[in-house]
Order: sequence, then C-alpha cells, then structure tokens
Amino acid sequence: MGVTREKVNSPLEDLFDVVERWPGGGLVIAPLEKLLAWGTKSSLWPLTFGLACCAIEMMATFASRFDMDRFGVVMMPSPRRTDVMIIAGTVTVKMAPRIRRLYEQMPHPKYVIAMGSCAISGDHYRHVYSVVPGVDRVIPVDVYVPGCPPSPEALMEGIMALQKKIMQETERKK
Amino acid sequence: MSLPQDLIQAFGVEVNDQGIPYVPKDRLPDLARALKEKGFRFFVFVTAVDYREYLELVYLIRNLDTLEEAFFKVKIQDGETVPTLSTLYEGANWHEREVYDLFGVTFEGHPDLRRILLPEDWEGHPLRKDYPMDTPHPPYR
Repeated sequence: MGVTREKVNSPLEDLFDVVERWPGGGLVIAPLEKLLAWGTKSSLWPLTFGLACCAIEMMATFASRFDMDRFGVVMMPSPRRTDVMIIAGTVTVKMAPRIRRLYEQMPHPKYVIAMGSCAISGDHYRHVYSVVPGVDRVIPVDVYVPGCPPSPEALMEGIMALQKKIMQETERKK
Repeated sequence: MSLPQDLIQAFGVEVNDQGIPYVPKDRLPDLARALKEKGFRFFVFVTAVDYREYLELVYLIRNLDTLEEAFFKVKIQDGETVPTLSTLYEGANWHEREVYDLFGVTFEGHPDLRRILLPEDWEGHPLRKDYPMDTPHPPYR
C-alpha cells in the first residue's frame, strides 16, 4: 500500500490496483487448503448429542456464561450438517452401533472429541458388562478431554486444541 | 415395612429375626390377590438378589389410601420358576421382564416374557454372580 506500481495488464495486478485504492482494503494470499482449514476451524458445528452426565457440562459450555458461539461453534441437530461429534458420556454396547451410524452420516471433514473419562476409557464403569471401554473402539478420536466431568473451560480448551490441530494438518501435508 | 398381620398367619409366611417376611412361592398369587382386596393397588417394584446358593425376589406393594406398604421376599432355588403377578398388577409386567433380563428368573404365566433392557441377542444374565466380569461382547467390548 502506498507503493506506486507500474501498470501491467495481468489480472492479478488489476485486482491489486482496485483493492488497494479502497480505504482499508488489502489482499491476503494463502494456500487454498489453509483457507479452507481456517474456515473449518472457525465454524466447527458439533452434533447435538449427549450420552450421560457430561452432556450437562457440555450444555453449560454452550449456554450464555461460556458462550461457545464466539468460537463459531454452534450446535446442529442433524449429523449431515456437522463437522465435529462430542462424545459426552458413557458409551454402552447398545449405543455403540448408533454412534457408529451417526458418525458415518457426518460429511467430511469430520472430527471427534471424547469428553470425560467414560468416553476416553470407560472409567469406573470399565468392567461393567454393558460399557464400551473407550469410544475409540467404535470411532476414531481426535481430542481427548479428561475430567469427570470436564469443566466448561476444559471442553473449551479441547475445542481450541481441535482448532489448532485442524490448522496443523494443512502444514503437515506440505 | 412388612405384611399385614392377618395375612402373615393366613398364608404361612415366615418372618425372620430381622422382621422380613418370606412368602412361600406357591402362595404368592393368593397373597397378592388378598393384598389387592385390602387396597394395596400400587405395585412399586419387584427385583431380585443373587446369593449364589439361592435367589431372592423382593416385592413392594403400596396402599395409596393409607400409605401402608407391603414388603415381602420370595426365596427360590436356581432354575425354579415363579408365578407371575402381571395378570393381577399391570405394573408388574415390565418389572418382571427386567428381572428375567438381568437375573434369568422365569415368571410362569407372563404374557410377554422377553428382554427389556439388553439387546435381544444378548447371551446370559449379567446381574447373576456367575456372570464373569469383563465378559467380551464383540465387536466393541
């Protein structure tokens, strides 16, 4: 900006000319992958899906006090519109196929956060006849958020860790 | 928490030293009928306890007008059947299905005795003491 440029006929240069004459105008040139990842991480839509008591803490995270909307995280009622699935609670043998089905209905790119000790390992229900010891036996998990239940701050930390991971994924591909 | 005194005498109920009445298995439907005539109309629950040598069924029936409770147990050997109360009390239907599901007790005369909580293809009755811990359940467990 402010640098005088010689008039060339390249379309990109024309674009520079137009944008830079705007007050406050500017251009960012970035790899498309990175731009897409930036868009994905800024609008992570989780599936409205709670399994047990961790869901209460998840609801608190999305309510007005902690307000996940400011991260672009908005709950969606259908798996076909979502990017991330938060497994909030104990996974039972009866529920596992349903979780698998919901995960398969989500469009790519999709991510999974295992929230709470039960979703991570089964915790103290690990040896119970009906409990799956860890949701990673059913679907792949990206971020583990420990706690029983994790506080809203912990879940926010987990979501921010996922955002970081999404950005790092593009760097690793290069 | 016990039974009305006249029913204890009429149905040969044994009361142990802790005051818990044990009803003979074959007198159970008659006793329930007598209780219902007395105004015990609300079937609260039936559940079971596995003591390895035998099983105990625990019943609680309530009289909503006087707030009296009829609490009694039935002792059965492993593999024995119990007469159902679901023909008398509608509320007993699902409770008996749950006891069948988790303890494998068969209720004679039950209209629809199948599993209620576990998937239909489940093997075994997991609240029994002889059900091994950490039983695998492929593909997820």
